[in-house]
Amino acid sequence: MSKSAHNLETFFDVERYRKDFPALHQEVHGKPLAYLDNAATAQKPQQVIDAISNYYSNHNSNVHRGVHTLSGRATDLYEGSREKIAKYINAKSTKEIIFTKGATEALNLLAYSFGEHAISAGDEIIVSGMEHHSNLVPWQLLCQRKNAILKILPITKKGELDLALLPELISDKTKLISVVHTSNALGTVNPIEDIINIAHTQNIPVAIDGSQALPHTAVDMQALDADFFIFTGHKMFGPTGVGVLYGKEAWLEKLPPYQGGGDMIRTVSYTHSEYNDLPYKFEAGTPNIAGVIGLGAAVDYIQNIGIHNIQAYETELLNYATEKALAFDGLNIIGQAEHKSGVLSFTIDGVHPHDIGTIVDFEGVAIRTGHHCAMPVMNFFNVPATARASFAFYNTFSEVDALFVALEKTKDMLF
Amino acid sequence: MDLRELYQQVIVDHNRNPRNFKELPPPCSHAEGHNPLCGDKVTVYVHVEDDVIQDVTFQGDGCAISVASASLMTEHLKGKTLSQEKDLFESVHDALTKKDSEIDLMHFGKLGVLANVKNFPMRVKCATLCWHTLEAALANQKSVTTE
Repeated sequence: MSKSAHNLETFFDVERYRKDFPALHQEVHGKPLAYLDNAATAQKPQQVIDAISNYYSNHNSNVHRGVHTLSGRATDLYEGSREKIAKYINAKSTKEIIFTKGATEALNLLAYSFGEHAISAGDEIIVSGMEHHSNLVPWQLLCQRKNAILKILPITKKGELDLALLPELISDKTKLISVVHTSNALGTVNPIEDIINIAHTQNIPVAIDGSQALPHTAVDMQALDADFFIFTGHKMFGPTGVGVLYGKEAWLEKLPPYQGGGDMIRTVSYTHSEYNDLPYKFEAGTPNIAGVIGLGAAVDYIQNIGIHNIQAYETELLNYATEKALAFDGLNIIGQAEHKSGVLSFTIDGVHPHDIGTIVDFEGVAIRTGHHCAMPVMNFFNVPATARASFAFYNTFSEVDALFVALEKTKDMLF
Repeated sequence: MDLRELYQQVIVDHNRNPRNFKELPPPCSHAEGHNPLCGDKVTVYVHVEDDVIQDVTFQGDGCAISVASASLMTEHLKGKTLSQEKDLFESVHDALTKKDSEIDLMHFGKLGVLANVKNFPMRVKCATLCWHTLEAALANQKSVTTE
């Protein structure tokens, strides 16, 4: 371990935070677990688990209904989470925070409602070449429905967006640009500020998929000026089944509802319904109350550590892993962008990623192998799959060491 | 459980030096198999005359288990009749996917090295992909996927 890395680990009290994550403290195949699959989903701190359990144990009730005490408490907890999240991402108002069951649902909501409002035959939508399927397929479906055109902003061999090509892709038919903030497959942090600036000079709204960014970096909706921003709860130490669609109030007012049902209406007759105010217009049915409360607890947890401390520590961790990867014979890093966060995607000559996954699992090291829900990215780099180690602030430098010891074993096993 | 039970020397050898790793020209039939979960892709080519498998080959890109399984499969099946192939497919499938299977792959020569794959449930589909693809090729289907 390098000296500076060691100093930082002392500075950032990783052991203190690890204690909060019960799932980290177990053995896999007789070896201590090194959980390096955080880009697939992160582990949950006890504080999040307790918040969910506390809701079910003491306050379980439906929200926005009923006058009884428990319903009031549940509503306070649910809306309290919305306030925390609005504040955390510096939204102007809680009306701009719509809870969904995840980033995928948030993007489908956006594609449907924005599509109904703004997309006609011949219109164009731009996404990037490094999107997760969730920020690609909903737009493909919309384009099929409306006879619209989906354009792709290409990526370079380094795994960065070829931003110089963006002005050429934009036309007077461009109605929306939807781009991933941090790529889950490559770790690339995209220059979303630049993209938003370019788009806004031509009055084109921008949606940002921030699912992979939120666990690692701070976002400020008012400074960023994105029109829509999407993220999931489970990658930022919250529960599965909850996500957020942020939208500027002016946009959300204009968009039609995505789903109809309870909670999203004000008055209903047999022939007509009047929709509820924001954000409820987009939250039909009983929401994932426990999930939203858990996500609020996750935001509290991140804020207690400080996202800037997390970012500083993780940068060192990724640099350390990257140095080791560069020195590892036969290893190819997939995605070598200037700005990266939390992800080391790679292949090893002569070893299929699937075998890497199985063999390192036997050493207690959990990594993801496959296409990472980004098949076009795999095709671009001409690999069927990659192995991906992805980090969180509770990972240690010794866990990175364990990964590379395990990778050596893949060679022993297969050569 | 020892990982060497999965990555036996025969499997490592067939992965590094796959046998019958080539295309067969038309009019032989072929099919493509795909496991979208892990990205394994295999194409199996088979030439049948008088109900006998005259030649069977494969090409593709996959993990050690899928490549070795395909290599061993082609080696084993060359010269076998279609009904022998049918029996073998059933046996391999049964041995790898049925919990209480009584089939012992050790009775099938080198194919016995696949027996331990069933102890690694997440890898069973890697081993069975080429067999399903062969079935598709014999049935003149163009593609098959396992997930």
